[in-house]
Amino acid sequence: MSARFQISRFRVPRFQTILFSVLVAASAIMGGLLWRQLDRAHQRLLTGEDSAPTQAPQVAPAEQATLLVANDADNSLLTQVETLPLPQDTGARARLILGKLLDLYAAPDAAHPVPGGSASIAQVFLLPAPTLPGEPKSAESKASGAPTATGPLLAVVNLTGTFAAGHPSGIETENLTLQSISGTLHANLPRVTEVRFLVDGQSRPTLAGHADLTGTYLAADAVPTEGAHP
Amino acid sequence: MGMKNSPKGPRNPLTTLLCVSTGAVILLLAIPLVTAQAPLVPLPAPPTAPPAPQPPRFVVVLDAAHGGDDPGGPLGSQPEKAFTLALSVRLRSLLGARGIQVLTTRESDATLDTNRRAEIANHANAQACLSLHASMTGTGIHVFVSALAPAPATRFPAWKTAQAASITRSLALAGLINATLKQAGMTVALGRTALPAVDSMTCPALAIEVAPDPSAGANPADSFSDPAYQARIAEALAAALLEWKTEAQQP
Repeated sequence: MSARFQISRFRVPRFQTILFSVLVAASAIMGGLLWRQLDRAHQRLLTGEDSAPTQAPQVAPAEQATLLVANDADNSLLTQVETLPLPQDTGARARLILGKLLDLYAAPDAAHPVPGGSASIAQVFLLPAPTLPGEPKSAESKASGAPTATGPLLAVVNLTGTFAAGHPSGIETENLTLQSISGTLHANLPRVTEVRFLVDGQSRPTLAGHADLTGTYLAADAVPTEGAHP
Repeated sequence: MGMKNSPKGPRNPLTTLLCVSTGAVILLLAIPLVTAQAPLVPLPAPPTAPPAPQPPRFVVVLDAAHGGDDPGGPLGSQPEKAFTLALSVRLRSLLGARGIQVLTTRESDATLDTNRRAEIANHANAQACLSLHASMTGTGIHVFVSALAPAPATRFPAWKTAQAASITRSLALAGLINATLKQAGMTVALGRTALPAVDSMTCPALAIEVAPDPSAGANPADSFSDPAYQARIAEALAAALLEWKTEAQQP
């Protein structure tokens, strides 16, 4: 009798066993959840550079965009009209249109083959075009520094380093790429009169060893007239 | 009381003679000074025919692009820097044989930045500057003039836009080279570009980019290792520059 009493005295109570089991199960579930969250965060980190919207939202109405497509065979720019959904914001609009242009160049049968595609356009900034010392400057632009509703604009196109590194080397091919980007911007946003190029946010001497990237390109110069080459 | 010598006493004849002689010498010395404007000796008669004016010095600058640490683009088995140097050497020989003085920016695989190239060209005071390039893109020969807008010549032009004063002559040179290359049966594309070395040159300057021969087979890169293609280009460029020299020396 006394021995039975002693054994039952050291037995783990039932409620403690249940509680322990519940806690172990909860720990396992929480560990699993944490592991999953960690994996998701890691994936987000890896794709962080591409997190900016590169595709127009599906709700945006489809519009026509004019692209100046380069052709290496005869050193020309040909006008091509594409229909694609475009957002209202001009910066995002410019980026999307240029992305479409570079997608054409990345296609296998492109007349001006350049690898990279739409991901090569990191950002497009639109700023008030700088005025010469003698030229009048609008009060709105002077006060805010932001683009005005009517004045000429300077587009700053930030290309990725991968695009510049993979661009074919040569005066003609580099020149055509820069002219087609400048001309396409001017054709769709006529207020864009000047274009500057950056690579990974930095100024760079040339695109791929030839075409000068330190200066400003006049966008209107790239738009071909009827039957003329640039 | 002693007697005093009077200062107004009779003058010594020797003194008078000395004074007269001195005056005569002074007068003789003064005559050439007074008549200095007119030559004393008659000048030789002017020649009947003036000597023929010397033709202006005609110099061509050849700039083989890239070099050293900068290989340029790949052209099949060789880098761009090797092809441009070979073309520069060949063209220099052809021009020298035609009596044209040539200055090259590099004669070996040396690294030169764009400013140094323009400095060499500007110091030479050349009548034509050719920046030689090559590319796998497109076909034939691409002739580029600076994209700068024409501007009047100034005494101290800005370094980055020095070519602006020579754009008109550069366009004329491009037209002549275009015609000569086409006459030689080559495919030519004309264009404007922003190229740092050319934009800083004060001479009539062009960038000549050699692309694969349009008649090349399946492998366009073979054009660049074909001596006949290189020789044809060099001959046509030499002929164009000889014509440019003839035009430049016409009154």
